[in-house]
Amino acid sequence: MADVQYDTLPAGPVIKGKLSRDDIIMRMSMVIIAIYLIVTMVFPLAAMLSKSFSTYMFDLSAYELQVSDKEGNFSGEIVTPAQLNAELGVLSDNDLIAGSDSRLGLTQFFPDFSFRSPVMYQIRNTSETGRFLVGSELQTGTAWVELDSNTFRRVQLRPEKSTGLGNFISYFSTPALFNSIKNSVVIAVISTIITVTLAFWFAYALNRSCMRFKGLFRLVAMAPILVPSLLPGIALVYLFGNQGMIKELLFGASIYGPIGIVIGSVFFTFPHAFIIISTALAISDARLYEAAASLRSTPWRTFWTVTIPGARYGLISAAFVVFNLVITDFGLPKVIGGQFNVLAVDIYKQVIGQQNFEMGAVVSVVLVVPAILAFAIDRMVQSKQVALLSARSVPYQPNPNPKADRIFLIYCCCVAFFIMGMLAVCQFAALIKFWPYDLSLSLKNYDFNRMDGGGWGSYFNSIKLALLTAVIGTCVVFFGAYLVEKSNGFKTGRAIFQMFAMLPMAIPGMVLGLAYIFFFNNPSNPLNAIYGTMAILVICTVTHFYTVSHLTAVTALKQMDREFESVSSSLKQPTLKLFGRVTVPVCLPAILDISIYLFVNAMTTVSAVVFLYSPSTTLASIAVLNMDDAGDIAPAAAMGMMIFYTNAAARIIHLLVSRGVLARTQRWRTR
Amino acid sequence: MLDSPTAKMAPVTEQPSQTELYLSIENLWKAFGDFIALKNIALDLNEREFVCFLGPSGCGKTTLLRAIAGLDLPTKGTVMQEGKDVTNLPPSERDFGIVFQSYALFPNLTIEKNIAFGLENTGRSKSEIAVRVAELLQLVGLPEQGQKYPAQLSGGQQQRIALARAIATNPGLLLLDEPLSALDAKVRVHLRHEIKELQRKLGVTTVMVTHDQEEALAMADRVVVMNHGVIEQIGTPTEIYRQPANLFVADFIGEMNQIPAVAGASETVVIGGQELKSQAHKFNAGETVVAAIRPEDIIPHGDGARSPGAPDVVKTPENAFDVEIAEMEFLGSFWRCRLRHEIFGEAELITDLSINAVRRLGLTEGVSFKIELPQDRLMAFEPAGAE
Repeated sequence: MADVQYDTLPAGPVIKGKLSRDDIIMRMSMVIIAIYLIVTMVFPLAAMLSKSFSTYMFDLSAYELQVSDKEGNFSGEIVTPAQLNAELGVLSDNDLIAGSDSRLGLTQFFPDFSFRSPVMYQIRNTSETGRFLVGSELQTGTAWVELDSNTFRRVQLRPEKSTGLGNFISYFSTPALFNSIKNSVVIAVISTIITVTLAFWFAYALNRSCMRFKGLFRLVAMAPILVPSLLPGIALVYLFGNQGMIKELLFGASIYGPIGIVIGSVFFTFPHAFIIISTALAISDARLYEAAASLRSTPWRTFWTVTIPGARYGLISAAFVVFNLVITDFGLPKVIGGQFNVLAVDIYKQVIGQQNFEMGAVVSVVLVVPAILAFAIDRMVQSKQVALLSARSVPYQPNPNPKADRIFLIYCCCVAFFIMGMLAVCQFAALIKFWPYDLSLSLKNYDFNRMDGGGWGSYFNSIKLALLTAVIGTCVVFFGAYLVEKSNGFKTGRAIFQMFAMLPMAIPGMVLGLAYIFFFNNPSNPLNAIYGTMAILVICTVTHFYTVSHLTAVTALKQMDREFESVSSSLKQPTLKLFGRVTVPVCLPAILDISIYLFVNAMTTVSAVVFLYSPSTTLASIAVLNMDDAGDIAPAAAMGMMIFYTNAAARIIHLLVSRGVLARTQRWRTR
Repeated sequence: MLDSPTAKMAPVTEQPSQTELYLSIENLWKAFGDFIALKNIALDLNEREFVCFLGPSGCGKTTLLRAIAGLDLPTKGTVMQEGKDVTNLPPSERDFGIVFQSYALFPNLTIEKNIAFGLENTGRSKSEIAVRVAELLQLVGLPEQGQKYPAQLSGGQQQRIALARAIATNPGLLLLDEPLSALDAKVRVHLRHEIKELQRKLGVTTVMVTHDQEEALAMADRVVVMNHGVIEQIGTPTEIYRQPANLFVADFIGEMNQIPAVAGASETVVIGGQELKSQAHKFNAGETVVAAIRPEDIIPHGDGARSPGAPDVVKTPENAFDVEIAEMEFLGSFWRCRLRHEIFGEAELITDLSINAVRRLGLTEGVSFKIELPQDRLMAFEPAGAE
């Protein structure tokens, strides 16, 4: 034994495991889902990034021109448009910056040009790569093209594509554009502070007081999740708009702008902050409070030394989530933002309004930066939160305190009134014939087929999208999470997969949607066929909401004994049998949670799909946007409330199904 | 079961005997990055044998078990099972059943379905499976529990179901990964007896990983003591206890007095200047060693110093000297005494004396009396950390 070296491995090859059939199936499946994520996320984002760096410019020196005399003899000097421009000073350098579709006429370089003139023109490219149009006919190559005056009118130069920071330079030299950065950040910070404060006290009241109606308040707090983010905008228009019910309360200030965006943002981000903070407060350890009480600490001191430190990760996490939601939101500032520009709306304006895709890509890149930062910090904070949980913690039981309980009850009523008030205003608006002139009730605003936006068809499209997203998304996400959690070896592959799964959370919907245009609307892409179909909407929505679903699935899977797979393979049973017989049934509550999450979000999402819908696939949430845009605010409110009721119904069905399924398949949970 | 495994094998030339080789591990290494968890492990298991891997946590015993199962492949080396090289095979292509500390019972399946899990897709009919399940439930002593779910059973019952599931398909090798560690002390003692019974009845070659020496000594035919990825000793429980191969094994298993000493001539050690007769050892005179003796091996003598076997023969015992009792601790069935003598310096010798002996010799704290360190129980080891 003494002659054996114990500290270093002997030389020679390392044992390579033989893969079982299951291993191969699992790896292939993981590769397939990874490819799905690459195609639906990485490639589009890469396409967008490259778009933001592609600049187009007219190169006037790349062409040569010659003008004939009146008899049509070409004897004059050969000139380039660049020389002519230098002489005449028609165009500045900035005028030569172009988009991918820009054209430049040539007649402006000939001050005495007349299309009736008998003078002939000839033009050619100086290099093989040069391009110009005669009418709609593309001319390449260096051969001379001879044209009469009337045709010469229709000569258009095409810009040259190159790569560089040109778009970013012009973005940051246009105040109208880069001011949006400041606007977005300010709005997001203010909304974050207000929302987190409101949500903290609301969660505190629900977790730490003995007030009544806690269940009801919890329900109300979750309501905003069920509506598109632009619905509070509509409610605010009715309340404080130019003909608003209580516009006097603003003392002349306009709701169209930062005030409206902040109020609306507080509304739609409230439930997100509430869930996170409530979870953080719920896990606090009662023993710390007993220790504080035995040390005769004042309630105020206990609050700052025990409660706040215990909930601080929750608070930080909530703050970043809210910040991210506000800064990436598009629907609300579109409806209520007025002249106040924010990044997400800028993307929309650049792309839909001005067809300037490159600039849209630039704004997207700018928007991704704070979103990714907020996301990264949030992930870091959440990974620390886990360590706080201790198995020996004793849950905190609040003691009745009539005075404090009454104050909390009043506070919660105020918050609930705010939330329900917004929804009630929308419902009211939807049922009124013509605000503010004819207040009689009518259902005519529900006659969507008479409005822009796709009518009832878009409502049913939305339901179809939500169902498809829920079913397909849940399958892909859960199976993907299972593969990444439970397969053997293949460490690098799993790590990369995990990273892909986390990415969508950091990508704002607008950015994802725009990236999809660049990638899928490219004629040379074989997947071009799905552009404009329901398929692309489903794919985009699944990808958009992938991360939260993935994390839900992973959390559920982590609670499964990691030896189940070992036992199953020792019994020579296929892993997929274990998956079907044990994993799926045990994780059913999580699976149902994922599907309702995807359903509700598919119903309410606007940002990603706004670039991707086609006339045959209009959606309810987009219809709200478009009807509002067209001035049909009441029908927009009506459609928004349809989404609310649909989601509420889906939630109730989810609850009933969960109960039913649990009672049947999870009998084992009860002793 | 038309063709049994033996029928397929090459003609058996040797006489099949009790000690036929079943599993053979050679030059096995396992590295996790820079950390080497198993170092050049060599081990043979005979058919029908019950072997325990024993060692402190992190010694590599579970890693070795998982290498045998194919759950984590070794980095180098070979594992042969029934003469077939299985080193790189996935678990599903090996022949073994496994039981984990966590039971790993499928929570949403009834006890019957759990046990039947491995019997499905094996060409057995439903009624055959039902018969086999009932038989197994009978075997583990839980015949009435088939319709229950795992959460409705106690920990000990769940572990028995896990055992039934593991042996349902008659594997040639049974692997037990700390199967009793999650259970209460009483259940543990009871169940270890049952597992041993069952193993004898089925004659299945069994490997059990444990960190509990009592469990290993009580259950195993042979114990493999491991530390830092190396096998320190392989032997029967009595061999391991009576003749530890080195100081680690001596220290890890049971209680052991360790006294700094110097090797004397053959069969002697010198403690504090006094030469005592010891077991034969391999050291040269003058080398630093650790003299070791178990507390229960120290023999107390009265004034007459009679040898206990023959009270009439007055014989001066070897290795005997007077010691003072520094401290006595009552531990129920015996007294633990700490003994002082100038040759030990500051150190104290621990001995366990029966209540009877204490009464007979009139021992209390501060009293001096004669003890004998029997030559065949006094051992010499290389000191720890001296390589």
